[in-house]
Amino acid sequence: MTKFGLAQPVRRVEDPRLLKGAGRYTDDIVLPGMLHGVVVRSPHAAARITAIDTAAAVAVAGVVAVFTGADLAAAGVDPLYSAVPMTNRDGSAGANPPHPALAQGFVRHVGDPVAFVVAETLAAARDGAEAVAVSYQQMPAITDPARAMDEGAAQVWADAPHNLAFDWEVGDRAATEALFARAHHVTRLTVINNRVVASSIETRGAVAAYDAAAGRWTLWANTQGGWLVKESLAAAFRTEQASFRIVTPDVGGAFGMKIFPYPEHVCLAFAARAVGRPVKWLAERAESFLSDTHGRDNVTLGELAVDGDGRFLALRTRNIANMGAYLSTYAPFIPTFAGTIVLASVYGFRSVYANVLGVFTHTVPVDAYRGAGRPESNYLVERLVDQAARDLGIDRVELRRRNMVAPSAMPWQTPVGGRYDSGEFVRVLDAAAAKMDWSAFRARRALSARHGLRRGIGLAYYLEATGGSNSERAEIVFAEDGFVDVYVGTQSSGQGHETAYVQLTADRLGIPGEQIRIHQGDTDRIPVGGGTGGARSLYSEGQAILLTARSVIDKGRQAASEALEAAAADIVFEAGRFTIAGTDRGIDILSLAATQRARRARGEEATLLDAAEVAAIDAHTYPNGCHMAEVEVDPETGVVQLLRYIVVDDVGRAINPLIVRGQVQGGVAQGFGQAVREQAVYDPDSGQLLSGSFMDYALPRADDLPDIEVELLEIPCTTNPLGVKGAGEAGAVGSPPAVMNAILDALAEAGVADLDMPATPEKVWKAIAAAEATSL
Amino acid sequence: MPQVSLTVNGKRHTVEVETRTLLVELLREKLGLTGTHVGCDTSQCGACVVHVDGTSVKSCTFLAVQADGASVTTIEGLAAADGTLHPMQAAFREHHALQCGFCTPGMVMSAIDLVNSHKERMSEAEIRHGLEGNLCRCTGYHNIVKAVAAAQEVMHGRAQAAE
Amino acid sequence: MYAFAYQKPATVAEAVKLLSADPEAKALAGGMTYIPVLKQRLARPSAVVDLSGLGLAGIGVSGGVVTIGAMTTHAAVAASAEVRRAIPALAALAGGIGDNEVRHRGTIGGSLANDDPTADYPAAVLALGATLRTDRRTIAADGYFQGMFTTALEPGEIITAVAFPVPEKAGYAKFPNPASRYAMVGVFVARGPQGVRVAVTGAGQGGVFRHTAMEKALEKSWSADALAGVATPAEGLNADLHGSAEYRAHLVGVMARRALAAAG
Repeated sequence: MTKFGLAQPVRRVEDPRLLKGAGRYTDDIVLPGMLHGVVVRSPHAAARITAIDTAAAVAVAGVVAVFTGADLAAAGVDPLYSAVPMTNRDGSAGANPPHPALAQGFVRHVGDPVAFVVAETLAAARDGAEAVAVSYQQMPAITDPARAMDEGAAQVWADAPHNLAFDWEVGDRAATEALFARAHHVTRLTVINNRVVASSIETRGAVAAYDAAAGRWTLWANTQGGWLVKESLAAAFRTEQASFRIVTPDVGGAFGMKIFPYPEHVCLAFAARAVGRPVKWLAERAESFLSDTHGRDNVTLGELAVDGDGRFLALRTRNIANMGAYLSTYAPFIPTFAGTIVLASVYGFRSVYANVLGVFTHTVPVDAYRGAGRPESNYLVERLVDQAARDLGIDRVELRRRNMVAPSAMPWQTPVGGRYDSGEFVRVLDAAAAKMDWSAFRARRALSARHGLRRGIGLAYYLEATGGSNSERAEIVFAEDGFVDVYVGTQSSGQGHETAYVQLTADRLGIPGEQIRIHQGDTDRIPVGGGTGGARSLYSEGQAILLTARSVIDKGRQAASEALEAAAADIVFEAGRFTIAGTDRGIDILSLAATQRARRARGEEATLLDAAEVAAIDAHTYPNGCHMAEVEVDPETGVVQLLRYIVVDDVGRAINPLIVRGQVQGGVAQGFGQAVREQAVYDPDSGQLLSGSFMDYALPRADDLPDIEVELLEIPCTTNPLGVKGAGEAGAVGSPPAVMNAILDALAEAGVADLDMPATPEKVWKAIAAAEATSL
Repeated sequence: MPQVSLTVNGKRHTVEVETRTLLVELLREKLGLTGTHVGCDTSQCGACVVHVDGTSVKSCTFLAVQADGASVTTIEGLAAADGTLHPMQAAFREHHALQCGFCTPGMVMSAIDLVNSHKERMSEAEIRHGLEGNLCRCTGYHNIVKAVAAAQEVMHGRAQAAE
Repeated sequence: MYAFAYQKPATVAEAVKLLSADPEAKALAGGMTYIPVLKQRLARPSAVVDLSGLGLAGIGVSGGVVTIGAMTTHAAVAASAEVRRAIPALAALAGGIGDNEVRHRGTIGGSLANDDPTADYPAAVLALGATLRTDRRTIAADGYFQGMFTTALEPGEIITAVAFPVPEKAGYAKFPNPASRYAMVGVFVARGPQGVRVAVTGAGQGGVFRHTAMEKALEKSWSADALAGVATPAEGLNADLHGSAEYRAHLVGVMARRALAAAG
């Protein structure tokens, strides 16, 4: 049983299946009579559709049907809408335009779906898609969020003047202004948080089937929880949620991007019903770039007010957040509620005020990407703190230490709505500095200098606020075959949930891990679920499993009292056995469950041990930690090499340290990618996506990265019984500022004071050249 | 339609394909070997790597007709009949070198060829460079590198396999 | 992909006949560029003529010349003890093309027939003054490259081998595109029977080109210092989201110095 013990680096339950090629992903699903769908996409960023001629496409051999926006509208299929309608600062309603699954007269970004071709084979569907003739009247496009509100900028929506989706604020503006007025020093910085593409190696896809007799759809889709998709499809088809069953098979990476209902889901459901056969669609990689929600894309002014002792007084931000052409499901939530809650980070600000302007542009919709708002805020704060240290001539580590909230101050209420239950920020910071040998950096820099290279060291202290649904469900069933089935409402896309949940269940019920099976991803079998996102799964589903296990034990105690003929109050449960207190008479839980099941089968009275509970998730959590990076910059080429990367993390208790470290390492790599390599670049005139494949979008490769050393300081969370804080997003939150601060440290002697992500070779080279020109 | 005869994981197959059929399509759709994945359309990601006549290739950039007469090994052909994992598979599990598992089959196949072609012990840097044709979005590569470093010891008889 | 006929001839003569008879037929070597082109429907050949059955793979060295069969893979060139001994810079270049899987399939003949402006081999062929042998003639490197994706090959003409005169010194340095890892700038420097030659790939709008100003400077003195005053004009160089023409021009100088250092 220790094989599945808590806090152990248990090897994953999922792995043998996945390692043998026996994983079952969306594209592996083949149904009898299944057709293939291909989406015809807009080649233009902004255009009016003047005509669509599908005749030639329908005539292509193998093509079964071609659908356009007119077909959807005629059938009364509604568009998708954002789930987060916003209220502006002045109390008026923010924009919430429709997102049709297929264009209704206009296209608003390159890749906007225009028609859906269904054919016997994928090749025939592609032939058909090529034969769809669409006439466009091109219109001017806007892609840059910083210019979107300019007078004369191209308009994405007629009823959203100046492309403003919403103008939102949080925090006490007057108090903040007052603190700024008496500040000793104000550090100002405008940062660009570059647009990135999630790039899960498995692209999005789905298979839809319609049962005409039952009037029900089944959609197999790679989601992060099918319940949201079910709700959205039911709304679009103006039907009840029970009409949809969403099944999520193995998911090949998601990172937030697979949370949402997408136009293709609607197209598939519509087509499957219309043609009476199952239909599959799987994105080609080029389509992923043009249709998966993108991440980040903020331009933010940050101002930090400091007093004469180097103590932070207040923070003020004005953030322009690109929403893209349509409001994706949670898009407005990301830079506002999700992002601003961590603006105070680990520091004792007296006041924080944030203004967020969501703007429309002719680009792919933007929504949650690993961290979702929190990386953007942390990036801004940690860049500001480094800049303030330079401005004030105070050591970077010392300035942070001076301003950190002390453990004795917990729980700490922040000016922007956070309530930190626990945290020992200085201890974590000091541990990181020791691990990095921060104080001996000077000698390492001298070594690099001898080879003509500029070495830099940087740090970022991040604080993340996990989020998501406020309840979660678990169900434990003692199955006929002797196994214990656990049904969960979260959805793994690689996080190792199966293993962690087995560990928890085994621990609570004293059942060997080998006899526990975790089930997820079928909305018919599992009535409700919060899905996975916001690093919520372990603390949310974990609490649900604990609650359900308690219920199982209560029932077991009752059943055992009957079986052992003792009072229920005298039955104790320990290590998988119900015993009469003070005796060795007892029965193990699996035998008890089997006995009760057998009695029930014989029609006798029995107390089954099966249970299902929904746990209220009263509080979210605040993982935090310190990232440190050491880089070498080649001034001749501008190439940045990451030499060393360390993380000291407080993600609370680690149920499985192996998995936790893996999550952090993966997040760090993504954050490094954002900082140094990745950028979704739009041509400002044509609105074309220039980085539309892995030939131009630079995903980090193995030799771009060093080891990512992760140390866990387990400071238990006090708001959930497991003491866990969540590790799924943390790595991606801390790494962009740590890497950029290291690069700026390397370039400081060259006179470079500011640099935006990504620090591509040319950008670094140009920054050095510009600084040299200024200093001449 | 042309016929292609090939041996896959030790088993002879003769299948009819269109000339434009890719090897990966033959494996996945004609033979039902869905362990080999497709992650891009520009030969960058390596999720589709299989061995053809003992050498790692991207099966998405390989016409099925080009495999006529060839011997192909896929991820499904690595473990022993009794289910015992290949040392590379075992090392991936031991070192938590996979998360979502989608890039894993290609990564494992590339790594095996890499180790097979380096009898001498590879450094971490050599392993990282040797895996440049395989993208992973989940792991940050850290544990993949550890797994390959461990597996090379087992595959070249310098250490015992992980349990 | 569009549908096409597939042919796998057994002799060069037969392959030439197939390709000459049908102007829409296209030769397939390793396929590392051409198959992606087909997949993206950027080409619509009537037939694909697979050259892998012609016996064109192999490496030989004699009389101060390294001869590499057109269908020899990059991996084979990189691993060849003979190439590593005679022209180590050429073996290193081959070992830096694409990734392992690309090197296992991609061929020297395919690369040269395609003449991608960001490919590595054209730089070596031009700087080393190599000779391309085809089914019907020999073509000197200087007359072969005629702008990106454009060569002196006639319709139906097939490269059979490439002959490299062994240089006294040679070196190659490449600045890879951070995403695709193709050459953003690659510079091959060589000093040999044909004097000093410097070829630049990746940078030029017209494909690979000789850097005559650098050649003159290096004729006088084979040293990085000699390159100090040699400018590379940005005019005519590629610009994209990874680098402006000015940046590429700068990199040509840096890569030339590094190639020189590698050459020794």
